[in-house]
Amino acid sequence: MSDPSLTNRPPANRPLLQVDNLVVEFPTRRGVLRAIDDVSFHIDPGEVLGVVGESGAGKSLTGASIIGLLEPPGRVAGGTISLDGSRIDNLPPDKMRRVRGKQIGAIFQDPLTSLNPLYSVGQQLIETITTHLPMNQAEARKRAIELLAEVGIPAPERRIDQYPHQFSGGMRQRVVIALALCANPRLIVADEPTTALDVSIQAQIIALLKRLCRDHGTAVMLITHDMGVIAETADRVAVMYAGRIAEIGPVRQVIKHALHPYTVGLMGSIPSVGMDRARLAQIDGAMPRLNAIPQGCAFNPRCPKVFERCRVDRPDLMQSGPTQVACWLHEPQRAAPSAGRPQNAANAAGGRHG
Amino acid sequence: MADTTQEAPLLKIAGLKRYFDVSPPLLNRILERQPRLTLRAVDGVDFTINRGETFSIVGESGCGKSTVARLIVGLYRPTAGSIVFDGVDMSGLQSRKAMAPLRRRQQMIFQDPYASLNPRWRVRDIIAEPIRAFDLIQGSDKVAARVGELLRQVGLSPVDGEKYPHEFSGGQRQRISIARALASQPEFLVCDEPTSALDVSVQAQILNLMKDLQRQLRLTYLFISHNLAVVYHISDHVAVMYLGRIAEVAPTRSLFSRPRHPYTRMLLDTIPDLDMTGRQRTPVAGEVPNPINPPPGCSFHPRCPFANHRCKREQPQPKQVDDALVACHGVEEGRLPPDTRPLTVAPSLTA
Repeated sequence: MSDPSLTNRPPANRPLLQVDNLVVEFPTRRGVLRAIDDVSFHIDPGEVLGVVGESGAGKSLTGASIIGLLEPPGRVAGGTISLDGSRIDNLPPDKMRRVRGKQIGAIFQDPLTSLNPLYSVGQQLIETITTHLPMNQAEARKRAIELLAEVGIPAPERRIDQYPHQFSGGMRQRVVIALALCANPRLIVADEPTTALDVSIQAQIIALLKRLCRDHGTAVMLITHDMGVIAETADRVAVMYAGRIAEIGPVRQVIKHALHPYTVGLMGSIPSVGMDRARLAQIDGAMPRLNAIPQGCAFNPRCPKVFERCRVDRPDLMQSGPTQVACWLHEPQRAAPSAGRPQNAANAAGGRHG
Repeated sequence: MADTTQEAPLLKIAGLKRYFDVSPPLLNRILERQPRLTLRAVDGVDFTINRGETFSIVGESGCGKSTVARLIVGLYRPTAGSIVFDGVDMSGLQSRKAMAPLRRRQQMIFQDPYASLNPRWRVRDIIAEPIRAFDLIQGSDKVAARVGELLRQVGLSPVDGEKYPHEFSGGQRQRISIARALASQPEFLVCDEPTSALDVSVQAQILNLMKDLQRQLRLTYLFISHNLAVVYHISDHVAVMYLGRIAEVAPTRSLFSRPRHPYTRMLLDTIPDLDMTGRQRTPVAGEVPNPINPPPGCSFHPRCPFANHRCKREQPQPKQVDDALVACHGVEEGRLPPDTRPLTVAPSLTA
């Protein structure tokens, strides 16, 4: 089990979101699949945490667990999720519904499916506002117009009575952002918010999200497969592989000085303008299926730097400079392995600094 | 371009147009007095592709880049204009039979490797289909041997031929698509967003494979993409399309280091800054207008910071500027500030 105390934080400055040893499982006829296996991280107030990984790495499931929208039969089988110090992973559905929207906003990939086509944009905004804030219809409408103006929709007084199909893709995603911001949440979980959009619109939406979160002091968990979006937006980044965090640290550090061989390969495989290379760096093979996760480090069959220990022991996150990395290459004292590591990781206040 | 100019270009497109009738049904037109509507998906496009090169078309959704690809491989008939492949005008050929020898030499790779492979066919039958359709090899043993060879060429194993598409990952399926495209021994491959449905590490595998195959088989690629970094990596020439027309065509390095058309400049500004140089990106205003009712004059003028009266009235024609063809009044009149961008290599990322 990874040690949550590794996050190395002064106790006075409590994180907004604390995820400890999260496990998500899918029971199937052929046994239980572990899609998220012991994931721990935190998000500070007002911070943007990027979560990157390839399809199937578990980044969207992590987001869905936090907002309590895990699709059955998927279930949180272990670990805790706390928002502002109180647990939210064990709340009953009606209580969770109050938290969602009020304290955690959500933005999904496809703005067309996250809006109801049968209600005008205004009705959807007003409903969300009156559900979470003590406002009457007229006040809520006024706030809805303000929100639409804030997300950059021209002529909001007129647009508020239009239906989602009357908006373009970029404008729809602005409406979704307005919906997520309705009740002034402390945290927004944005799952691939720009993937369905054109490049010029992508840049606009990222700039908008950045500005709004800075102005409102909202923290963001930004889930994406696009390293470029992370580089532009996030403060810290978590790289996920096969249901675990491979590396987490300040975004500049992870992009410029990646430690985990998977991150190094991932960064090398991204083509970039101005870089003349005959071939891109290539990680051979593919991410393992959930029913065939190799023993030891899940990346070991594809890793160019694999050694014996990687095939036997599974590495937990280890501190290396400002970054934490789950790789035996970066063990703090490779000469003197820490055999007596504390296994009782549930106590977040406990301290162990490698 | 210099080393291939002696040879005639493999493909020459001139004045290519494709309009779609998107009118409401006849009854609505009569009862509700609605007019006929025409969508000008491709509205006068010219370019040439040299042998052995990769020519890319970039643009946002609805700019007509996929329509150009489909026109070239014959999935659509052009409304006007000519498509000359290896000296033969394909829009002049009418019968299937006359087309067949040319079609064998052109193949297409599609974006979605989940939708473009028949789920009920075994992979060996999918790959053998072009061989049988063009009657290239006789005898099932020989066909099987050729299929095995093709599978090996794209990095799969001959025994994979017995499986069905659903047994493969997205990247492996795209390899199968490539094997199928190569089955008829084409010279020219039209690739419509071949990697945009794939993860980056898989994308790198496919791009490397495409480059290797190009070298081995001396293939010519028309590469359609919206990802500018991928286009930079793979292309020799790049055309930037906007609302059915080409804004700018130039050799790759020239286009990325000295973008001339304001739309090209805007597109380059949208590339996320992975080197984290802290470069300030100019926020891009506006969205692509509705192609059914494009703005008059230069269709980019509502979003263009340099637009003047002439841009609002008169449609610009492509003009040669150094090594590029640019359709912009501002560039022609020389009133745009020059825009040069250093193409710096980031050594930390090459690891």
